[in-house]
Amino acid sequence: MAKTYFTSDHEWLRVEGGIATVGITDYAQEQLGDLVFVELPETGKKLTKGDTAVVVESVKAASDVYAPVDGEITEANGTLSSDPSLVNSAATGAGWLWKMKLADESQLAGLMDEAAYKAHIA
Amino acid sequence: MTGDDSRHLPLEDIHTAAGARFGAFAGWSMPLTYPAGVMKEHLHTREHAGLFDISHMKLFEVSGPQAVALLDRACPLDAGALEISQSKLSFFLNEAGGILDDLIVTRLGDTRFMVVANAGNAVADEKHLRALATNFDVKIEPLDRVFLAIQGPEAWAVLSRAGIETGSLLFMHGVEPRKDWFMSRSGYTGEDGFEIGLPEAAARDLVAKLLEDERVLWIGLAARDSLRLEAGLCLHGQDITPETDPAAASLMWAIPKDVRASGGFIGADALRAAIERGPAQKRVGLKPEGRQPVRAGAALFDADGNPAGHVTSGGFGPSAGHPVAMGYVAASLARPGTRVFAEVRGTKIPVDISSLPFTPHRYRKG
Repeated sequence: MAKTYFTSDHEWLRVEGGIATVGITDYAQEQLGDLVFVELPETGKKLTKGDTAVVVESVKAASDVYAPVDGEITEANGTLSSDPSLVNSAATGAGWLWKMKLADESQLAGLMDEAAYKAHIA
Repeated sequence: MTGDDSRHLPLEDIHTAAGARFGAFAGWSMPLTYPAGVMKEHLHTREHAGLFDISHMKLFEVSGPQAVALLDRACPLDAGALEISQSKLSFFLNEAGGILDDLIVTRLGDTRFMVVANAGNAVADEKHLRALATNFDVKIEPLDRVFLAIQGPEAWAVLSRAGIETGSLLFMHGVEPRKDWFMSRSGYTGEDGFEIGLPEAAARDLVAKLLEDERVLWIGLAARDSLRLEAGLCLHGQDITPETDPAAASLMWAIPKDVRASGGFIGADALRAAIERGPAQKRVGLKPEGRQPVRAGAALFDADGNPAGHVTSGGFGPSAGHPVAMGYVAASLARPGTRVFAEVRGTKIPVDISSLPFTPHRYRKG
């Protein structure tokens, strides 16, 4: 059963079987505006919490998306190379950014659930 | 969020009601985007009519027996050669020929001119002009106006429906259609369009009428920037600065030949010397390969890895459908088609020198 977590940097993680699918929240995509380019990470790249994992570029500016936990990239969402606007139209679905194998599942304890995140952006 | 010291637009309540997201620009709290978003706002302007609040920009009326003489001193301009209602892009230059500001000067009468200055330079421009004016019999009057731009192929039609006929007005001409109004056929998008300075009450009235028309959409500063960049138009402070002269900025077309040769404007000697030498760097259009935008500040390199210049504006061109940028490169690399490389986050992205504009201008010239 997948469980979804949120960070104060407006990312979401859907965790199942030690693999987290990561994206930005709807709130974040609204703040960024129309995305025109997503710089995706290479599979196998090891990330420490806080490292820049992905750079999302809107018409106006480039913004970093950070690794919310430690782990290794297992897949990047290649569809975004041709259609970065998926992050705007389906931030929590087809607009996911990358999947990572968690190095330390105990780090998830420090993240928010949906109710806490909703309170965070309210 | 913007600081408390930013200046606020007179129509801010209307922008707030329209759902604008605000940001700081040149000391003002400005609408950056509206709910449609930068992409739709940009494309709407090219297809229909975009409404912009540009009240951060400043209008100055310069009048008096020596208005022509003052402007000929302040700008590389032959003010006396302008026909009544004719507008011209010009500059305030420093003694080194560097661009203090770019301005639109319109002749309203024999001895009366309208000068439109950039927001960020308005205070310095007024000081500069007043200091010069002590030697001339002129009056300089900063005007308290709301300033609106209506841009796009349907701009004339939506103004007509709102009761404002623009019929015989051509590109780069300006008139005073009503008391305390100034309307010019000009803009910052590459499209046909108008800029109208008018008192606040009249502006509220006009905006309400325009927004009844479904062809009209509020457009924020973000799309204003992508529109002007596609149109190859300079932003002062980025693409042109006090450190760049009109020769390097590829803006010599704005300076009449006889003014170049014998004009007595501030910076004339330095500019003549710069033309004589030939600029070391030139402003050019830059088309990055692929989809990754190349932004202001990125360093440019030639094929051998030698420093070749830098990017001064860059982003994505929604109408062009690809990233667009402009910047300065060594004069030897300025020919369209020349390949250089921009460094973005440690990666070198191929960039081709491109002629400007990226999207064709659609001005109403006659």
